[in-house]
Amino acid sequence: MKYTQELCPVIKKEQLNRTTFSFTVASETAVQNMKPGQFANILVEGKTLRRPISICGFSREEGTIRFVFEIRGEGTQILSEMSEGQRMDILAPLGNGFDIDPAEKAVFVGGGIGVPPLLGASAPYGENATVLLGFRSKEAVILADEFRGNGADVRIATDDGSLGHHGFVTQLLAARLDEAPCDVIYACGPKPMLRLTAAEAEKRGIRCMVSLEERMGCGIGACLVCACKTRTSDGGEKYLHVCKNGPVFDSREVIWE
Amino acid sequence: MSRLNVNICGVEFKNPVIAASGTYGFGREYNELYPISKLGGISSKGMTIHEKAGNPPPRIAETPSGILNSVGLQNPGVEHFIREDLPWLRQQNTVIIANIAGATEEDYAAIAEKINDSDVDMVELNISCPNVKAGGAAFGTSCAGAERITSVVRRHCPDKPLIVKLSPNVTSISEIAKAVEAAGADAVSLINTLLGMRIDIRTRRPILHNNKGGMSGAAIFPIAVRMVNEVYNAVKVPVIGLGGICTWKDAIEMTLAGASAIQVGTVMFTDPYAPLKIIEGMDSYLAENHIANISELVGQVELW
Repeated sequence: MKYTQELCPVIKKEQLNRTTFSFTVASETAVQNMKPGQFANILVEGKTLRRPISICGFSREEGTIRFVFEIRGEGTQILSEMSEGQRMDILAPLGNGFDIDPAEKAVFVGGGIGVPPLLGASAPYGENATVLLGFRSKEAVILADEFRGNGADVRIATDDGSLGHHGFVTQLLAARLDEAPCDVIYACGPKPMLRLTAAEAEKRGIRCMVSLEERMGCGIGACLVCACKTRTSDGGEKYLHVCKNGPVFDSREVIWE
Repeated sequence: MSRLNVNICGVEFKNPVIAASGTYGFGREYNELYPISKLGGISSKGMTIHEKAGNPPPRIAETPSGILNSVGLQNPGVEHFIREDLPWLRQQNTVIIANIAGATEEDYAAIAEKINDSDVDMVELNISCPNVKAGGAAFGTSCAGAERITSVVRRHCPDKPLIVKLSPNVTSISEIAKAVEAAGADAVSLINTLLGMRIDIRTRRPILHNNKGGMSGAAIFPIAVRMVNEVYNAVKVPVIGLGGICTWKDAIEMTLAGASAIQVGTVMFTDPYAPLKIIEGMDSYLAENHIANISELVGQVELW
């Protein structure tokens, strides 16, 4: 079975800043086939649609999955009010995830709430990872110490200059690539950031994998709502679906609109 | 579970619970969670004669107790279905209903012929898709249009039981039902989605890129029950009821309103196992109430 529905007890809840929460849940089945970069579709009490939340990390040995998400609307607000001991109804693991090769030199580019899935993806790379993180301000910074704890070279940009580089994370990317080459770039964050990251990668001929978001329905590829326009090998265009064909796409495949 | 066996237009269903078109793909994704043979039937994703790209995203918006969607009939085309999906689906031991759509009469005729020669059990004619510019609901919202397309498909698909799926976005759904019955429909299914719209007050743009979309989910259930009952009282052919069914109680209610079978759709986005829970709940209800077969309940609401 590729994915499963599981009721996962919340074993640890932390508030990382005013609007961002970390939930660690216990899992027996869903965690078994999990890869970094995949997501779970999580039931929200009283809502028709589950909420797709990226997997920040997981441990098969401990039987745990960690989700870090920001309150963006009613659904994530309700999820954030869950407490330890309550059971989270998840459908997971969904999507393709990142194909990781820790022997490569990898640069991870994360913006805002796009940062969490990069933690699990970058961990196996240890010192082979450079992690570039962009946030609105110092108060919005999350997980930076955990990336450092995994051995990564972490650099931060903030929109208001309250921490690290004053400006965009994509400027940090250009600077980092000027210093030394890398084999691959992994990016997750707002679309403009992904687009600039993809452009930078293409300019330098570096493979770049982007994790996309779209409003989602079933989460498993049946309802076809989370469309993403892509290039086909014969030069045509085709809507693929973020939940099943993604969320991770080769940036050269994506048609940015 | 013989209490749940039903026969619709000569086709045997092990139970009257069918996955609604557009919510279940061709069944493969849900088959990862449970054997789809547990369902009475599957109505395929709406198909057209040629591959269709569908609408730009966003294609979905949440509403109180429901959703709006505007997928726009994205599908790989009927030949792809017959070649790649149907042989697999045929092995899953469930009734296969091909949901077909088109933009012109010629499209409908062409796809009807392909389906007539295929191995599906039934056809569901979609004249009610609100999310495509041409065809779809344009045919389904007038008696003349509905009648015309039904007779075209009837003529080009003489060998398969023909279900016509009706749009609720009309003044009188029972008049449309009578028109398609007269044109040769063997059954009707209703309701398709209700046209709706949501606006993002921050950007002042509709949430759906198509501006409008079709509303489904629990919120539309009472409308569906009312329309199923009206149509049940207006036509002699079997009625398949759908629209917001979430629980076995809803399914029994829809049966009492006049549905010989029911379809389950949007609730699967909340709980992919919902159809199985509905089947179990219906069976227990029949057992507890000493009802030998679900068909005894069809249309048994006693109106005031």
